Amino acid sequence: MAEDWQSGGFGLYVHWPFCAAKCPYCDFNSHVSRQIDETVWRDAYLSEIERVSAETPDKVLNTIFFGGGTPSLMSPDLVAQVIDAARRAWRWSNDVEITLEANPGSVEAGRFAGYRMAGVNRISMGVQALNDADLRRLGRIHTVSDARAAFDIARGEFDRVSFDLIYARQDQDLDHWRRELRAALDMAVDHLSLYQLTIEDGTAFADRFKAGGLRGLPEDGLAADMYDLTQDVCGAAGMPAYEVSNHAAAGAESRHNLIYWRYGDYAGIGPGAHGRLTLNGQKFATEAPRAPGLWLKKTRSGNGETERTALGQQDQAYEYLMMCIRLSEGLDMRRFERLLGQPLDPDRLDHLVQLGLVTVDGSILTATPSGRTLLNSVIAELI
Amino acid sequence: MTDLAHIRNFSIVAHIDHGKSTLADRLIQETGTVQDRDMKEQLLDAMDIERERGITIKANTVRIDYVADNGETYVLNLIDTPGHVDFAYEVSRSMRAVEGSLLVVDSTQGVEAQTLANVYQAIDADHEIVPVLNKIDLPASDCDRVAEQIEDVIGIDASEAIQVSAKTGQGIHDTLEAIVHKLPAPTGTLDAPLKAMLVDSWYDAYLGVIVLVRIMDGTLKKGERVKFMSNGTIHHVDRIGVFRPAMQMVDSLGPGEIGFLTASIKQVRDTRVGDTITHEKKGADKALPGFKPSIPVVFCGLFPVDSAEFEDLRDAIEKLALNDASFSYEMETSAALGFGFRCGFLGLLHLEVIRDRIEREYDIELITTAPSVVYHVYMRDGTMMELHNPADMPDLTHVDHLEEPRIKATILVPDEYLGDVLKLCQDRRGIQMDLTYAGPRAMVVYDLPLNEVVFDFYDRLKSVTKGYASFDYQMTGYRTDNLVKMQILVNDEPVDALSTMVHRDRAEMRGRAMVEKLKDLIPRHMFKIPIQAAIGGKVIARETLSAMRKDVTAKCYGGDATRKRKLLEKQKAGKKKMRQFGKVDIPQEAFISALKMDS
Repeated sequence: MAEDWQSGGFGLYVHWPFCAAKCPYCDFNSHVSRQIDETVWRDAYLSEIERVSAETPDKVLNTIFFGGGTPSLMSPDLVAQVIDAARRAWRWSNDVEITLEANPGSVEAGRFAGYRMAGVNRISMGVQALNDADLRRLGRIHTVSDARAAFDIARGEFDRVSFDLIYARQDQDLDHWRRELRAALDMAVDHLSLYQLTIEDGTAFADRFKAGGLRGLPEDGLAADMYDLTQDVCGAAGMPAYEVSNHAAAGAESRHNLIYWRYGDYAGIGPGAHGRLTLNGQKFATEAPRAPGLWLKKTRSGNGETERTALGQQDQAYEYLMMCIRLSEGLDMRRFERLLGQPLDPDRLDHLVQLGLVTVDGSILTATPSGRTLLNSVIAELI
Repeated sequence: MTDLAHIRNFSIVAHIDHGKSTLADRLIQETGTVQDRDMKEQLLDAMDIERERGITIKANTVRIDYVADNGETYVLNLIDTPGHVDFAYEVSRSMRAVEGSLLVVDSTQGVEAQTLANVYQAIDADHEIVPVLNKIDLPASDCDRVAEQIEDVIGIDASEAIQVSAKTGQGIHDTLEAIVHKLPAPTGTLDAPLKAMLVDSWYDAYLGVIVLVRIMDGTLKKGERVKFMSNGTIHHVDRIGVFRPAMQMVDSLGPGEIGFLTASIKQVRDTRVGDTITHEKKGADKALPGFKPSIPVVFCGLFPVDSAEFEDLRDAIEKLALNDASFSYEMETSAALGFGFRCGFLGLLHLEVIRDRIEREYDIELITTAPSVVYHVYMRDGTMMELHNPADMPDLTHVDHLEEPRIKATILVPDEYLGDVLKLCQDRRGIQMDLTYAGPRAMVVYDLPLNEVVFDFYDRLKSVTKGYASFDYQMTGYRTDNLVKMQILVNDEPVDALSTMVHRDRAEMRGRAMVEKLKDLIPRHMFKIPIQAAIGGKVIARETLSAMRKDVTAKCYGGDATRKRKLLEKQKAGKKKMRQFGKVDIPQEAFISALKMDS
């Protein structure tokens, strides 16, 4: 019988932890450093790929994702060596998707050709806003014209280019967002990530927010209206949401991210990277230390992981539910039941159906558009 | 035994944080009662809750030997008294056990409300009062101003107030001399029949019940048989002793002395504060005046949050009741809350203390339902039932009329807050009985329904008078009034634990206030929730809690799975702290908070 992870596939995530500057809203594992010795990093990535692949010799690799931090600060040569190592390490499926996250600065744009030569076939660009005042408030170091120029260069090199925007910003209203979203759709190829601004703990924004700053953030009602508007406008433009915050034309979805949401397996390599690996029929969660220096040190002694936790039935079932219900395609309740050993509570399910927050079609459970804006509560009700 | 002339008995009256405990510690230390190496901070505060709330619930006592400047040795007995209106009766007994008080006032702060309530108890007990201005080591100390305030507000001479820093030890010697020379020696007759006043009692796992007594007349000796006059029970005295502050056994206690006895008594219930203890044979024929058995006046339901903890709760309540005669309980079932107990208390603070102790010492999380007083329900068939719980209100067709308990409330307040206090009393259906002035302060006497007072009256009074009012009350009796049971419906389902008795004329106002409060207390759900107040079948107030609009995580990728799952598990555990009524989760604090009124 097929193992559960195979419903999602297998991908490799590579974390580059450095940024030119730290953004005030970002809670990702990123650091600002002047001196980075790429040969040290290359050795570390390569030894980690070798270590993990030795444990997973039978897996077929579907995707690679360079995330960060700002991976577009890596030299194309380093990217090439990591990709080559992955090619040696695993059998590859026919068309492996290799995504690299890029910032829209001019330096990075100069490297796009090199990334393509290295094997990268998809770029995800952090544009974040299409007006300069908001970019400054978000602490971004690029301008709209920088972003447009970088985007054009990327499009020249790659068929698949996506970009991110952050909305529900300070003092943003529905009309303002509608205009910006239309401009984004004019610019987009076939994929867009549209995130509502979230004040994450441990960020500079969180400190400001707690100190009474960041006035003019939309309250929940307006934020929900903005979300609904986003669904309408993108849907009409042929880019419906396939996940809570991700929009694509049919077939243009991020296949790497689908592995997460379909709860497949992924190797996570780099400081702070998480992985999910099924070994001898048992699914494990893996984790690496967040501090770059510590991670490097650990890789030199042969293993960059700090923790490896065997996931119990309930852990896996909950993770599958909370990841997969984010997708428009919905989740398979039979798969959930196989993982947990018992089905979803029919009364609670029925209650959510009555409220119009989910629909059930055969064994497929899907959050409705209104259910998706309340997804955390929907998930909490289901477990 | 010590001769009367060399005994001084006193209490310390002080507001929270004005340094009562530290001063007591210094007096003990200065006289060498406790060796320095055994000295711990705040020797007298036993319970965590007492320490945290800055109140004393049980009376504590210590006997100090002091060699005065005149070369003579005195025995000083300090009784640390409870300090809250709920325990007014216990305070009054402690005050009767001593002849004088140190009035400790923080010289950086001045006189506060709690000080007033207790100092008036001391004045009522004919105490000699020695003002002590504490914290003079602090830069903000202003002894002249505070002494003047003591004279103005309390009306006692503060010209010879002692200036003390309990922290540095400055003025401690002066305080001891003042106790000896300013406070009167106790009176009492050695060869009269024994009369010992029961000041307090508590349970000790090794010795059984320990009874704190003040000998008024006669002598108490080890091995004697004594009678508790309120209930006629006879006990054989096993041990007699004094606190220094550790227990020290003695053979006898004579007039004016304060000490303890043990007599193989199993339950604190059998020992009532204010009772008179005498000899079984040739005993006193008349008890000391002022004894009254304590009667619970406030009732509420206590339910375990986790219904599996019901037996643990039973165990905890039974143990606490052994040590607290004023606390009563009986089992209760609620449609919404399952199995629990209907408990009776002396007042709101008493309720909170018991609840806190169950939660803390027994680690049981509780849902506390709306406090209620005892109503008399007269049925059409002429019978009368006592109603402790609004949920038990019989069908109205069988009810002829209801009576509710009334109190006589005495409030002392600086005149600038008088208007606010009068308004508060009127709002609570009070009838003014008296209004007089004592210096710049007004004394207001009101006849009030107890149910308007039990809940948050004292909090409101403190709030409108910035803490400068003192408040005391006594039950006066029952009176007929137009009372109705108000139900609360959440999502169209009645929540029995939120039912209350209200006066018909105020029902709309109370109902409106409660549904508005609940609208804030109940978190938003995925659907809108009507919240209604109703009398019989008639809705008198309604609010709608609108549905939640947005609750979704914008970004959730491979690196977020672990954290989000753990968050979900935590959220699930948090949900356990709420009670489900139909599809609605109501947080446990809502059951009490919903009743607090803002005016």
